[in-house]
Amino acid sequence: MKNLAPSLAWAYALILYGFIFLPVIMLVLFSFQGTMFPVPPFNGPSLRWYETVLADSRLTSALVNSLVLAVATSLFAVFLGFLAAYGLARYRLPGSNFLRGLITAPLMVSYLIIGMGLNIMFNGMGVPKSLAAAGIGHVVINLPLCFAIIYSQMGEHQVNIERAARDLGAKDWQVLTHITAPMLWPALFAGFFLSMTFSWDEFVISFLLTRFDTTLPVEIWSLLRSGLSPKTNAIGSIVFGVSIVMVLVLELVVLRRRRI
Amino acid sequence: MKGGQRTGDLHSALRPWYFAGPATLWTVAFFVLPLAAMAVVSLWTLEGQSTDFSLANYRQFFANPSYYRAMINSLEVTAIVTVVSVLLAYPLAWILAEGVPERWQRLALILAILPFWTSYVVRSYSWLLVLSERGVVNNVLVASGLLNAPVQLANTRFATILGFVHFFVMLLTLTIYASLKQLPRTYRRAAADLGASGLQTFRHIILPLTMPGIMVGAFLTFVLAIGDYVTPQILGGNNELLMPQLIMLQIGRRGDFPLAAALSLILMLVVTVAYLAAARWLKLERA
Repeated sequence: MKNLAPSLAWAYALILYGFIFLPVIMLVLFSFQGTMFPVPPFNGPSLRWYETVLADSRLTSALVNSLVLAVATSLFAVFLGFLAAYGLARYRLPGSNFLRGLITAPLMVSYLIIGMGLNIMFNGMGVPKSLAAAGIGHVVINLPLCFAIIYSQMGEHQVNIERAARDLGAKDWQVLTHITAPMLWPALFAGFFLSMTFSWDEFVISFLLTRFDTTLPVEIWSLLRSGLSPKTNAIGSIVFGVSIVMVLVLELVVLRRRRI
Repeated sequence: MKGGQRTGDLHSALRPWYFAGPATLWTVAFFVLPLAAMAVVSLWTLEGQSTDFSLANYRQFFANPSYYRAMINSLEVTAIVTVVSVLLAYPLAWILAEGVPERWQRLALILAILPFWTSYVVRSYSWLLVLSERGVVNNVLVASGLLNAPVQLANTRFATILGFVHFFVMLLTLTIYASLKQLPRTYRRAAADLGASGLQTFRHIILPLTMPGIMVGAFLTFVLAIGDYVTPQILGGNNELLMPQLIMLQIGRRGDFPLAAALSLILMLVVTVAYLAAARWLKLERA
């Protein structure tokens, strides 16, 4: 009995890791398929589908759109979130509990409903569908995240340093850029990279708010209509790879440092 | 408050708003107002493009079985997904926290949630590869003689649930692992010293103390699963509709924004009720 339990535990862990990785392995493996269908038997490896993807200008421009959108909306979300966290942590405002609740409220609402609301409002105002409209939606979903992360790292220990800077004649914006931001950079960085991954992977808001010029997940969505294809595997593997790079950067730069 | 005295009174009273103002304005303009617009539009009717207010769309939801059936489907699928994911994730989190040597834990955890970072669209497509008629599961089952012919796995409720469970097992492993790590090891030793068996310690000490972590994870699962359009659309197909699919169908096929808005608000209401129930329950647990 004593020897059985650990091996049962290992078997269980192994099965679950298999379950977790099975679809990813199928995705990446059959992106190197040499023939027309991404199902067994595997004929490869071949890079032909990656070449097809890179030659497809719709996909490559969607890839660039997605990257630009992810960087721009994340920077803006971190900026707004940082200012709000500073204001609510350092000043006593009437109804600050309410404000905190308001700013984090979008976390509770599904992306579909946020996208639908913006779609209806923009329709009513005559604002055409565009990447910028989707960008507004991405800031809405990422601002609460950035705010919550940065706010949670605003401690009392930074207050004295900020006060010292102010006594030495620093203006508000100088305190923010020279004192507060550098002290909080792990939180700023974490907010930025998490927002990047969420924006990069986001589908339904972009689907509802863009038309011709769109993001990569939306382009992949329209590829799905033609059924299974190694081409979809190839672009899907690229999307996955970029997400993993973002997460690894976050892990290596921010989380590892905090542990020391 | 701090350092405001030097400048004018109005200026110092306004100062906090320079910081908190932009985010507040943004949230009001692009989150609160859209929801309000949605609430107004939900009272319109598409027939004849009438902008007179009526509850016709809401009435339609309760009167038309194919509409409220979608809500029941959503609740069923989400409930199954939440329970199965918790049951699968807890042992894995336990093994990670207790069985894996300390220095490997972080790596093991990162690996366990690596596919979490794939986009919904790509992740669902990957499951389609696995489950398709010529996919790896059918291939193995037929080749090993367990099946005579491939069975349909894709475009079923099973596929939707599987796709969801895959995602939420990763999420829940993370939240349950975190709450297991927060337990002081001395609790377990104390229970053992007092004569509790391993099972008793788990039932009376560890499970109750990790319950808040489980509840937070389960609630996240509920909120994210019930609002997701991609997974059921790609994996479940159109055989039976879940709420998000029904909502998107109103826009896509008929351009019926009023009905889509009403259905969205009903979905939001259900999530809010679940949130209030969970918050209340969590508070009771802690008291």
